[in-house]
Amino acid sequence: MRCAVIVFPGSNCDVDCFHVWKDVLGQPTEYVFHKERFSAEDFDLIILPGGFSYGDYLRAGAIARFSPAMDSVYKAAEKGKLILGICNGFQILLEAGLLPGAMMKNRDLKFHCHDVYLKVGTADSPFTNMYLPGEVVKMPIAHGEGNYYADADTIERLKREDRIVFYYSDEKGNITDEANPNGSAENIAGILNEERNVLGMMPHPERCAEEILGNTDGKRLFMSILEYLEGRVKIGKSRRS
Amino acid sequence: MGKAEEAKKLGLTDEEYNLIVQTLGREPNDVELGMYSVMWSEHCSYKNSKPLLKRFPTIAPHVLQGPGENAGIVDIGDNLAVVLKIESHNHPSAVEPYQGAATGVGGIIRDIFAMGARPIALLDSLRFGELDDPRVKYLLSGVVSGIADYGNCMGIPTVGGETYFNDAYKDNPLVNAMCVGIIRHDDIIKGKAQGVGNSVMLVGAATGRDGIHGASFASEELSEESESKRPSVQVGDPFMEKLLLEACLELLKEKWVVGIQDLGAAGLTSACSETAARAGTGIELDVALVPRREKGMTPYEVMLSESQERMLIIVEKGHEEDVKRIFEKWDLYAVKIGEVTGDGMLRVLENGKIVAEVPAKSLAEGAPVIKREGKRPVYMDVQDLDYSKIEIPENLSEVLLRLLASPNIASKAWVYQQYDHTVRTDTVVPPGSDAAVLRIKGTKKGIALTTDCNGLYCYLDPYEGGKQAVAEAARNLVVTGAKPLAITDCLNFGSPENPEVYYQFEKCIDGISEAAKALEIPVVSGNVSFYNESSSRVIFPTPVIGMVGLLEDVKKRCTMAFKNPGDIVVLLGENSDEMGASEYLRVIFGIQGGKPPRVDLEREKRLHLCCLKAIKKGILSSAHDVSEGGLAVAIAESCITGNLGFEGEITSDIRADALLFGEGQSRIVVSLKEENLPALIELADETGVKAMVLGRVVPEYFRINVKDSKGGFKKIELSVEEMADIWSKSLERKVEE
Repeated sequence: MRCAVIVFPGSNCDVDCFHVWKDVLGQPTEYVFHKERFSAEDFDLIILPGGFSYGDYLRAGAIARFSPAMDSVYKAAEKGKLILGICNGFQILLEAGLLPGAMMKNRDLKFHCHDVYLKVGTADSPFTNMYLPGEVVKMPIAHGEGNYYADADTIERLKREDRIVFYYSDEKGNITDEANPNGSAENIAGILNEERNVLGMMPHPERCAEEILGNTDGKRLFMSILEYLEGRVKIGKSRRS
Repeated sequence: MGKAEEAKKLGLTDEEYNLIVQTLGREPNDVELGMYSVMWSEHCSYKNSKPLLKRFPTIAPHVLQGPGENAGIVDIGDNLAVVLKIESHNHPSAVEPYQGAATGVGGIIRDIFAMGARPIALLDSLRFGELDDPRVKYLLSGVVSGIADYGNCMGIPTVGGETYFNDAYKDNPLVNAMCVGIIRHDDIIKGKAQGVGNSVMLVGAATGRDGIHGASFASEELSEESESKRPSVQVGDPFMEKLLLEACLELLKEKWVVGIQDLGAAGLTSACSETAARAGTGIELDVALVPRREKGMTPYEVMLSESQERMLIIVEKGHEEDVKRIFEKWDLYAVKIGEVTGDGMLRVLENGKIVAEVPAKSLAEGAPVIKREGKRPVYMDVQDLDYSKIEIPENLSEVLLRLLASPNIASKAWVYQQYDHTVRTDTVVPPGSDAAVLRIKGTKKGIALTTDCNGLYCYLDPYEGGKQAVAEAARNLVVTGAKPLAITDCLNFGSPENPEVYYQFEKCIDGISEAAKALEIPVVSGNVSFYNESSSRVIFPTPVIGMVGLLEDVKKRCTMAFKNPGDIVVLLGENSDEMGASEYLRVIFGIQGGKPPRVDLEREKRLHLCCLKAIKKGILSSAHDVSEGGLAVAIAESCITGNLGFEGEITSDIRADALLFGEGQSRIVVSLKEENLPALIELADETGVKAMVLGRVVPEYFRINVKDSKGGFKKIELSVEEMADIWSKSLERKVEE
């Protein structure tokens, strides 16, 4: 299944995402430079990688959304192609309006790089069908602006539509303030769009997808995508709206 | 003001000024004088240190590039090589911690990709005053966020380093940044301006007025006026550097690129004169062609600006448009500012009119070497401590907890969790262990990285301290299973004009050289930082050793954490009766004195051999170097990081506190399955290393009994949970209280 990794000026997890899809999952993978447009038909999965696009000057992700490659991303999203935004990629998806809400600086104003526990909010998605709902997994975070905010109505709707994919939790799955590394509303670490083909998440699944890195919890996210794209799973059962 | 007087004001001596006049056959003009003053500053010319640096061993079969280039290079097989360099940014960080540290990181990264290498890891060796001082907290927070913001944005993981606190660094913190890159042998490029007629191009950021005379500022003591030198501190833009990095690496694949050099201290002046001097050529450039970010800059300002994120590129004539095409892709400019000449002169024009004309070699390499005599400091003659007057504390459990709480021993998670250390997905042993380990994708190999130096040891005995820094760094690599490959050193000292400081400098170099020779680890790059002092104090001599080691099979790497309850815990090496210079004496008794522990290099070498063989055989569950805080702290750290306990008994006639908390060298605490013990004992015998069973790994408590032959008995008994809480959170609590 063909994947495009978008390279914005300042992307720095592009090589890591490329490595996982290409070398770990053995799938065809290409870089798409931000100045290029592409055809939605050419790819099954589009990854917006982490990093500091345009230096994150102004606001994280704020400038990247205007790049030519993003025009093609909008179109691909409309056509139901899978879009995965990780870290800065999540921030770009928010700025682009492909996902609801906004990102603020971490509440302690510090960059955080460490493992977090995540409670899987929904397994009913192209990205998480190989996890169990309610399961606790571990992934690294590395960000300074991961404090997710959305108004109460939006959050209510995300919950109602089962679109919250990951919550920051403790090892046992309790969603507590102590387990919230950045101050995100309701401990939200990742969300889906209404059509469930766009996922934005702050943790880095590509950094925990190989045995040698001591953790493979992230690999299942990429395997879920493959399962879905190859037609072995169906999703949307829990869509209630 | 006469020219000679002006020269003095810029920091040049009469002798130096006269030499300039003699070289030029006339008085220098203002621009030339400015260029000489920065290039002949200590920071750029190494005029105080050059002869001594020659004592380092620098040659070995695997050394592809030794000192003298932007960075050193060592072969790791598979047609791959590792590029390494460490550099100080102490003075800028003292007056403007955030930008000072950030641009320190930016500069060292450029040194690595100037060799054509992809930077893959950063380390930072930091020294501050004690944390009860609010200004120290400000400096620490500023430095850490400066490093974080720059390194994180670049997408280069910051995987290791050290952070020490001692009043000696109160006015003059040390910020040493190390960068490591990886390169294929055939991609190595040098900073040489070869080929008369080739084009000299400037790429990256535009040139502004920032950082003018930064190199000179780094070559004088800090004083009341240093605050006013804030404009000498450069301002960093990591986003620009990230673009520059990608563009340069793309460019360097092309065969028509002749040379590349980063613009650091002394900016264009240094980059042009050094590349020309190395190639034995000259460069003629026109400052009017240099893109500016400010209007009305004089040739003097353009030539001396230390604006960041710029590189000088020398390409074969006719390929200028090819360079532009690559840089335009990354939205960066690339401008031809001049060309390589055959007359050996650095000729600076402004709109075609000559404004400076000096021999490149004289600028880059001609600073007269200053021969100095050291004088053994008086404090070294003070008698060794009388340990009989130091009573062994009743409650040694309490002592251990206080040591674990010392910011010099406690976990540095508060620091390294602000650094992205997992980006690039190569970090297989993250910060917090003896050394970081990175896998090399596409091979079975891994590299281990560390920086080490104990400034107090070096103060009390510069020679032994220098030796110890090398031995300790090597040991930190060895416990991961890596064979030490190469050293990059950052020598931080006070003013070399002070004979006692010069003595410290000379002896530290001798100690480092002796250890490097004995352990067969060449020095391939480095940096000297003098004048680290204020009116009230001189820093401890602090020769930081950055070291890289190679693991042939990264899957066999070892870490310090205990792994399995029931494992046997063994000490490799010998306990000694040394207590001097220990963190124990400092924290518990407020004493910074005594003789620092001595390294027997033969014994150290055998220990490394034994440990490396054991890890290669796969018989060890964990290995951890014994350092600050001694044996008890080493075992406690293996417990805390493994979330397991320890129970053991040691019988020895060494006094209990020296045994538990003394910092005797050449010791490694290992744990292993009981069935592997005979194999380890055999290995130890074979390599001539003493091995002593200390006890066992247990689920949750920590208990050590110490007995002597006269029936004396002491013990430590603690819960691992309590130790872990104190060790993990003390630094954060002290910073944020």
